[in-house]
Amino acid sequence: MRILRLAGRRLAASIPTLALILIGVFLLLQFAPGDTVDAMMAQMGGGDAATAKQLREFYGLDLSIPAQLGNYLWRLIRLDLGFSSIYGKPVASVILERLPPTILLMTASLSFAFFFGIVFGVIAARGVNRWPDTLISILGLIFYATPSFWFGLMAIVVFSIYLQWLPAGGFENIGLVQSGIWRTLDIARHLVLPTLTLGLIFLAIYLRIMRASMLEVLNLDYVRTARAKGLDETRIVIRHVLRNALLPMVTLIGLQAGTMLGGSVVVESVFSLPGLGRLAYESVVQRDLNTLLGIVFVSALLVIIVNFAVDLVYARLDPRIAAEG
Amino acid sequence: MDAVKRYFRSPAAVTGLVLLLIVVAMAVSASWFYPREPLALAGRPLIWPFSNPRFLLGTDNSGRDIAAQILYGARISLLIGGVATLIAIAIGVLIGAFAGYYGGWVDTVLMRITEAFQTLPNFVLLLVLVAVFGSTLTTVTIAVGVVSWPAPARLTRAEFLSLRNREFVQAGRTLGMKDIQLISGEILPNALPPIIVYASVIMAVAILLESALAFLRLSDPNVASWGNLIGLGRDVLRVQWYVSAIPGIAILVTVLAVSLVGQGLNDALNPRLKGR
Repeated sequence: MRILRLAGRRLAASIPTLALILIGVFLLLQFAPGDTVDAMMAQMGGGDAATAKQLREFYGLDLSIPAQLGNYLWRLIRLDLGFSSIYGKPVASVILERLPPTILLMTASLSFAFFFGIVFGVIAARGVNRWPDTLISILGLIFYATPSFWFGLMAIVVFSIYLQWLPAGGFENIGLVQSGIWRTLDIARHLVLPTLTLGLIFLAIYLRIMRASMLEVLNLDYVRTARAKGLDETRIVIRHVLRNALLPMVTLIGLQAGTMLGGSVVVESVFSLPGLGRLAYESVVQRDLNTLLGIVFVSALLVIIVNFAVDLVYARLDPRIAAEG
Repeated sequence: MDAVKRYFRSPAAVTGLVLLLIVVAMAVSASWFYPREPLALAGRPLIWPFSNPRFLLGTDNSGRDIAAQILYGARISLLIGGVATLIAIAIGVLIGAFAGYYGGWVDTVLMRITEAFQTLPNFVLLLVLVAVFGSTLTTVTIAVGVVSWPAPARLTRAEFLSLRNREFVQAGRTLGMKDIQLISGEILPNALPPIIVYASVIMAVAILLESALAFLRLSDPNVASWGNLIGLGRDVLRVQWYVSAIPGIAILVTVLAVSLVGQGLNDALNPRLKGR
């Protein structure tokens, strides 16, 4: 309960942050050339000034900027994100439709990067300054420097065009109507390359942090005690070292949540996945500013939620944190 | 001088420096090798690399020389990476210095703003900025700089917090130095080394951010940028995959060079942390 209260307090502290972001981006978008009505008029194939004026009145765009901001925030409290003129639907439902692929992709990439980051980090730390360590460290540096969209394209060339093992894009095979396990497998097949592409840079970061944190913990006194006690090395690593070495990794998840969401914009565009990131890109290209503002809200919210979860996990891994709070 | 010696003792750091010098040489020699406009049509479209001695790396979908675009692209990447890093460091140091030096409500307000910037995914903010201000070379560079400042701000703040009550600062205060003198003349020079090392990380990320933006065709289309070329090559990926492959390698090498140099500097300046 104590943990929950502690994390809850931090969650409450992020509400002003969220408000700050929304007000900032709202004001920023006022500088954008053209508004929703301009976009709608363009879609309708033009119209006279009187119609534009009417529409602006209807959407409350003729009010002063502070009044518009107030209206927007008031609607937001009731979870109303406004209306997307491009999609002809409320922004909230457009975003909700696009959320599952992104969350799936992020979870998969995070698990991939986290798991292999631990494995490679442990292997590198165990053989520090020998060839496995050198090899893993070099690979990590190269992965870090690889632009994700380029890796995605090259993966498509190799695995989809030449070897024809995996699909080049899309979320599922629309040609076949599938259900249950087959649909799940189909989606999984479509997500293999995007997951690797998005996860690569995080794998590089995680393995580096894991290696460093392993090296630090391996030199602590209690590990020497465990060795002196006669425990074998594998047992020491798994039971004693790993738990403590994991702490910085967990912190990193919270710090990287935003970066990962940003990365999914690019990866979803490469693999034409119908996710939140692609929606962000489309709304920039189509000047759908209402949707863009909605995405800003939802992505900030996602980052806050991830950080809340990280706080909970952290307190579980390190009981001292809950006790001190 | 010890630091220089330590730097050149590390093979990774030396490799990074050599790679970086190659990229700089590419940027400098671009107009010497290719005096013509790199985005001008040069020959038949989609010539494979190494098949025609006139176009060493082949041509792209519209018949522009890829080798020329790679050389000129080095200029753009270094320019955007360098200037954006300077902007990010300038904003970050300013905000971090004030927050760390004054503490109290100044710190609270500034850190709230920093937190807001960190909560919003930086690529999403970049998209918003480009949507609002358009995508010319100048706006993109400034936008990349503006989304990258929170990390150096936090770093500067931490340094200032640990330095602001040291004896040399107190001595300066007793001598009647003004706050601004203490911040810029006394504390900042001592806080700078880790920030300079961190600049390499910012620069690496800035180059990647710009290339991703260019790949999505949201960066300046009128300059020869590696990201633009990758985006273009995507249309002919099925057969002429080399159009996308070549500029990607250029980005990889540049980012690798910048991070290796940064790591080398870090190890050379903080020898105790080596191997971490």
